[in-house]
Amino acid sequence: MAKVRVHVFLKPGVLDVQGKAVEGALKGLGWAGVSDARVGKLIEFDYAGDDVEAEVKKMCETLLANTVIEGYRIEVA
Amino acid sequence: MSAAVIVFPGSNCDRDCKVAVERSTGQPVSMVWHQETELPKGLDLIVLPGGFSYGDYLRCGAMAVQSPVMQAVKQAAEDGVTVVGICNGFQILCEAGMLPGALLRNAGLKYVCKPIALSIANGQTRFTAGYQGQREVVMTQGNGDGNYFADADTLARLEGEGQVVFRYVENPNGSVADIAGIQNARGNVLGMMPHPDRAFEAELGSADGAILFQSIYAAA
Repeated sequence: MAKVRVHVFLKPGVLDVQGKAVEGALKGLGWAGVSDARVGKLIEFDYAGDDVEAEVKKMCETLLANTVIEGYRIEVA
Repeated sequence: MSAAVIVFPGSNCDRDCKVAVERSTGQPVSMVWHQETELPKGLDLIVLPGGFSYGDYLRCGAMAVQSPVMQAVKQAAEDGVTVVGICNGFQILCEAGMLPGALLRNAGLKYVCKPIALSIANGQTRFTAGYQGQREVVMTQGNGDGNYFADADTLARLEGEGQVVFRYVENPNGSVADIAGIQNARGNVLGMMPHPDRAFEAELGSADGAILFQSIYAAA
């Protein structure tokens, strides 16, 4: 059984308005050094089967990420 | 003429769409539950309504694309049936790959809900031919994720092929090129964020939405 984590973030160049709002709020709270805040998703699941990396990549392309606007990073443990 | 509105769990403009098309055209409209694998025979128009299908889980429209009925909707579009996606319906069409691009969170982060002026960017479509000389229309907007995005190449293609159908007169959400509605290359699939289904008679503030539905029926 593989433990899978998929990180999904908006691609560079796609305006991340939530990231901008979070960054603005952190700065407003006094953390002036904050920059490049981004808000994304973490999707975790267990997977039983072969070719875990390849299958999870297919899951990302099919459902978990919208590759028009989002990129993804897969961790398998 | 025959039309159907697809009902997903979480759709909330499904009845609005049915009533809007029926009152605009005088023709009956059927409702089709998302678990159906077949559509009624002989449809001329399929409407994907606004709302929050599947609670907007994962991404707006992403789960609705996995509904059984969407295979039939895709096939119908390939067969030339007119498909209109309004608001969440537009998001579903983009997620399904039936229209290019995607809808992002509004640039101001706020849910935008108000009547909004649109310019008709292409008056030669089956959706807009009925507006004749009219250059601007008013419809109601109501969404949190209406910020249309497409990469530069896609945008150039949309503009070059006359696929931009409606633009915001005053951009409320950061949409690229002020885009409010687009059609596919073949011209039978329209996605738009503003609601023609909330603007089909004067008592609602605008009857401009009725002309869109009448235009589709006149073209069929």
